[in-house]
Amino acid sequence: MEKEEIKRIILESFPSGVSEIENGDESAFTVEKDKIAKLSSFLKGADTLRFDSLMCLTAVDGMEDGFGLVYHLFSMQKRHKLTLKVRVDRGNPAVESVSSVWKTADWLEREVFDMFGIKFLNHPDLKRILLPDEWTAYPLRKDFVSDKVVKKPEYA
Amino acid sequence: MVVENKVLDTEEFMVNMGPQHPSTHGVLRLMLKLDGEVILSAIPDIGFLHRGMEKIAENRTYLQFIPYTDRIDYISAMSSNMAYVLAVERLADIGVPRRAEFLRIIMLELNRIASHLLWMGTFGLDLGAFTPFLYAFREREKILDLFEMTCGARLTYSYFRFGGVSRDIPPEFMPALKDFLPDLKKKIDEYDVLLTNNIIFLERTKNVGILPEALAINYGVTGPNLRGSGVKWDLRKDDPYSIYPEFEFDVPIGSTGDCWDRYNVRIEEMRESIRIIEQAIEQMPSGNVNSGLMPNLEIEPGDIYSRTESPRGELGVYLVSDGSNKPYRLKIRSPSFSNLSVLPEIVNGWKVADVVAILGSIDIVMGDVDR
Repeated sequence: MEKEEIKRIILESFPSGVSEIENGDESAFTVEKDKIAKLSSFLKGADTLRFDSLMCLTAVDGMEDGFGLVYHLFSMQKRHKLTLKVRVDRGNPAVESVSSVWKTADWLEREVFDMFGIKFLNHPDLKRILLPDEWTAYPLRKDFVSDKVVKKPEYA
Repeated sequence: MVVENKVLDTEEFMVNMGPQHPSTHGVLRLMLKLDGEVILSAIPDIGFLHRGMEKIAENRTYLQFIPYTDRIDYISAMSSNMAYVLAVERLADIGVPRRAEFLRIIMLELNRIASHLLWMGTFGLDLGAFTPFLYAFREREKILDLFEMTCGARLTYSYFRFGGVSRDIPPEFMPALKDFLPDLKKKIDEYDVLLTNNIIFLERTKNVGILPEALAINYGVTGPNLRGSGVKWDLRKDDPYSIYPEFEFDVPIGSTGDCWDRYNVRIEEMRESIRIIEQAIEQMPSGNVNSGLMPNLEIEPGDIYSRTESPRGELGVYLVSDGSNKPYRLKIRSPSFSNLSVLPEIVNGWKVADVVAILGSIDIVMGDVDR
């Protein structure tokens, strides 16, 4: 499906909170963080869109601009791609989880939480996945300095 | 002594299929909740091989990061090189000479064969078949010899560069490759005799660990696991990169999504890879293999997600650049991470010995899962 057609369908159902970004030939949208869960189920369920595959979910630390979450969606049936970007502020980073829409998001969101500290609301089991559970720091943030000492847990 | 005939109490218990285990293919911990021998739940605990590659990438120049990509998926290092180099080339708009493209295809497909051979050997070993392991490694040795001839390394090649490959193949390479391929075709037929229709193998893998199609797509499973469930999806055909569109090859799929289907897809893929290599040898042009070394490459601010078909599935790289010579953010979307996440759904109800078969059939590499 053409980029213009995708844009028309999305903006029709979500007139506010979603805006297009310039991305060459491929569709990309910025989404407000409280709309992402509804938009995700719409994108998966709409007959004409059918975005059934979440290829990648990650975060980028924008420093003063806060965190940017990036979702790369793909439709195996219709063969079109879409990128969604969500801005989350640094102070209390939290956004709704999309793991009820795509199960891939379960582990991918856990990894984002592990590395950045962004909380995903309504996630089935949000806990650290790669780093030990006792860690308190979030390594992929730009203000995490690698040789800062992270307190080793006391084992009795 | 009178033995009373009473019903025994049973309890569920938790068993650790610990990080050190001959059958977990690396450092993976599975927390199994068992009722006797039957699995009630299996929760993977990963992160033992986490080396912080994504953080390291933010402090290395683009060229300096290439050796790190070898160590993401160390069994198929050429594919990991390719995923990263392709992302940088697409973002910075760097062209690749024809001869280098053909060399890349040959190396990638040889790596696919080597990776599937290793998988086949270790899968048989997990199920108790000791012979195919040595047979598979005999062929794999010849492939590793070819790689060593080209770039000096057997496992972590760093052969790819932005705009081509690091050096041309030596004159001994082509004759050795042309001798090897017909031999390999005969040997793959030999493996068919050993494993594919072996009654014990069939009993342990047919209808075991069935992965339904919708579940696979929802969990982001890709590669031979997805194709084993009947989805005809291969990025080399469906989202092509490099010069794959110029080659003729089929995409094998399975029908039920059990362990045997995943095994069969990989065996057939080896045959298809041989076809691709033969076509590449025939059509290989002459020319230079690199458009120029770029040690201090700087890329304009932008971002890109580019994906390739590694032997394990969709290996994607999301790269964000900020105008300097180091990446601002590099995310590696690894196939084994998402493939492993479906494990808890498909092992429930099977016995402990089946966990080994199902886990083996998914083909994970812990370096890929943890990065």
